[in-house]
Amino acid sequence: MFEGYTLAELGSIFAMQGFAGLILFSVFVLMALGLAIIFGQMGVINMAHGEFMILGAYITYFTSNFFLNYLPALFSVYFFVAMILAFVGAGALGMLVEWGMIRHLYRRPLDTLLATWGLSLMLQQFYRSVFGAREVGVELPQWLIGSLPVTDVIEVPINGLFVMALTLLITVAVAVLMYRSRWGKQVRAVMQNRVMAGAVGIDTEKVDRYTFGIGCGIAGVAGSAFTMVGSTGPTSGQLYIVDTFLVVVFGGAQSLLGTIASAFVISQAQSTMEFFLSGSMAKVLTLLAVVGILMLRPQGLFVLKVRR
Amino acid sequence: MSSDNHQNGLPSALRRKLLMGMAALPAAALLPKAAFAQAPATSAVNTTGLAVTDTTVRVGILHSVTGTMAISETGSVQAEKLAISQINEMGGVLGRKIEFIQEDGASDWPNFAEKAKKLLVNDKAAAVFGCWTSASRKAVLPVFEQYNGMLYYPTFYEGLEQSKNVIYTGQEATQQILSGIDWVVKEKKAKSFYLLGSDYIWPRTSNKIARKHIEKNSLKVVGEEYFPLGHTQFNSVINKIKLTKPDVIYAIIVGGSNVAFYKQMKAAGIDLSKQTLVTISVTEDEILGIGGENIAGAYACMKYFQSLDNPNNKDFVAAFKKMWGENIVIGDVTQAAYLGPWLWKLTVEKAGSFDIDKVAAASPGIEFGKAPEGYVRIHENHHLWSKTRVGKAKLDGQYEVIYETADLMEPDPFPKGYQ
Repeated sequence: MFEGYTLAELGSIFAMQGFAGLILFSVFVLMALGLAIIFGQMGVINMAHGEFMILGAYITYFTSNFFLNYLPALFSVYFFVAMILAFVGAGALGMLVEWGMIRHLYRRPLDTLLATWGLSLMLQQFYRSVFGAREVGVELPQWLIGSLPVTDVIEVPINGLFVMALTLLITVAVAVLMYRSRWGKQVRAVMQNRVMAGAVGIDTEKVDRYTFGIGCGIAGVAGSAFTMVGSTGPTSGQLYIVDTFLVVVFGGAQSLLGTIASAFVISQAQSTMEFFLSGSMAKVLTLLAVVGILMLRPQGLFVLKVRR
Repeated sequence: MSSDNHQNGLPSALRRKLLMGMAALPAAALLPKAAFAQAPATSAVNTTGLAVTDTTVRVGILHSVTGTMAISETGSVQAEKLAISQINEMGGVLGRKIEFIQEDGASDWPNFAEKAKKLLVNDKAAAVFGCWTSASRKAVLPVFEQYNGMLYYPTFYEGLEQSKNVIYTGQEATQQILSGIDWVVKEKKAKSFYLLGSDYIWPRTSNKIARKHIEKNSLKVVGEEYFPLGHTQFNSVINKIKLTKPDVIYAIIVGGSNVAFYKQMKAAGIDLSKQTLVTISVTEDEILGIGGENIAGAYACMKYFQSLDNPNNKDFVAAFKKMWGENIVIGDVTQAAYLGPWLWKLTVEKAGSFDIDKVAAASPGIEFGKAPEGYVRIHENHHLWSKTRVGKAKLDGQYEVIYETADLMEPDPFPKGYQ
């Protein structure tokens, strides 16, 4: 397929393709982080993850409308406000859900799958009844639209850069929180042995609630960011859920590093194959490869060694 | 309903009666009473036990108002309810007011079949207006054929189907595709095409027809690609498009993927005012989600655009907004759904009966002059003769109509040489 192109042209196509892979990588990490915390640290299979993302997207939509109508002068920075609100909103809903539903199911992880799946259906219908069945268009500030021309052929999408920067920031924040803070230590202690953690004086209920809240909050931020590259509608969350689980399970559920590594492998494989094959075939091959590797290594790419 | 619409209604109703009278001349010899009687006896117009009384007739509306497809089907429900209320204001059908029972298909195909059976068997609906996806239509088709019901199906679709029990008020694939490609070849001097689509039957069949038509004209298809429904990352294919530099991107991507596709094209610096893009899957409804600024400059091939400039459409848009709110948009399928109840009314009045067999037999040749898209007529094959139009997307989310075929396009659900 490369006959008739100059070396320079090919070079720039590969550069752009590499960049496309990096954007996909950032998107995968961003959408998987929240789930990695909830699934990996708490063992809760949160099927409503996508709906928490879409809550963030709707919050972004309403924030943008609010700024357009009441604070048009500040419209160019509304996105940052929207992301904070999305974190708070989705996080608060997450804590509510944890209190009302999840905490009764910690000893029955498979039941959380059914319960959260039901929750996801309820949230979808709630969005549909309240916000309308049609998709909404989120208006972006001017500086987030368009691309930076590097050369004549290479153009870098600005919103792609934004997603990459955001992903980096949140990943670092989560890593610090999990592995460098006292609170992170408590979370890991509860995950490893709930009874013993309680015995040494950790308030396990509180830790659980905040962990779930933070996971959902990060999902909200991801949803907010994805209004730049995707759709916002009652069922849009479903578009992300399969890829999200794929990344988390493939990486080894309890390892943050695993999530990142698996997002990298899957995104690069997918984006490279999509370039040489068609979109559907690329997806099939990626899934096949993941299934194959998981058969050989059921625990995922990375695994935490703990004594039980 | 506004009062001026009511005034408009009278003369046009008269004109329609005249038109119909002429169309029905041969039939009138067999059924002399039907053409004149205001409200003929129920026993005469309903011999098969449908839900018809001396004052009412019951029909069904069967769309998804919950689940994934609610996003698309909501407009169709609204259009059908508007048409039914307008028909009732004009005195109903054969002197009987239309009552409707609405069932929710819930985006679940077996559920559609279940509800269709309920509408036909329990409710004895004289007609059903409904379905949107081909999958739901395929699910209910055996039910309609087994229990002898009448379905008015609004969506543009891939063709390859024809049934006594279905009237297809949207375009089949060739009606939407052929003249659109002819237009872009002539106007844009297009030589090469890149075909894109979501991975299911409608985009695949449509692109197959498009490819044959392109290659018949000795032009080139430089790429053809499909993406799983719900695909959200298009950067790789956008790079391929940049590499192959096609004259035309021909896109049949549906649902949430659409939004991702156009946003990422824009972000990647593909300027639709320079790069020609033709779509047959983006109506004004979808632009709500995509955002006018992301798709302005693209061309769409449809039979109806909300901005069509004719008196019928002005009345229709005004009535629609009055009933459903000022900010609502109306897409191609919504208009096709609006035709359903009207075509059924005209057919019943021509047949002089609600009986399904008589309605099915009377359908070919039914003309509707007040359609918002302009005059339409039902073909022998139960699809509609209608014009094809090309619109250019504007920033405000509406299309500017820049081309329409001179004549009505003949529906051809089994196109020879394109399969």
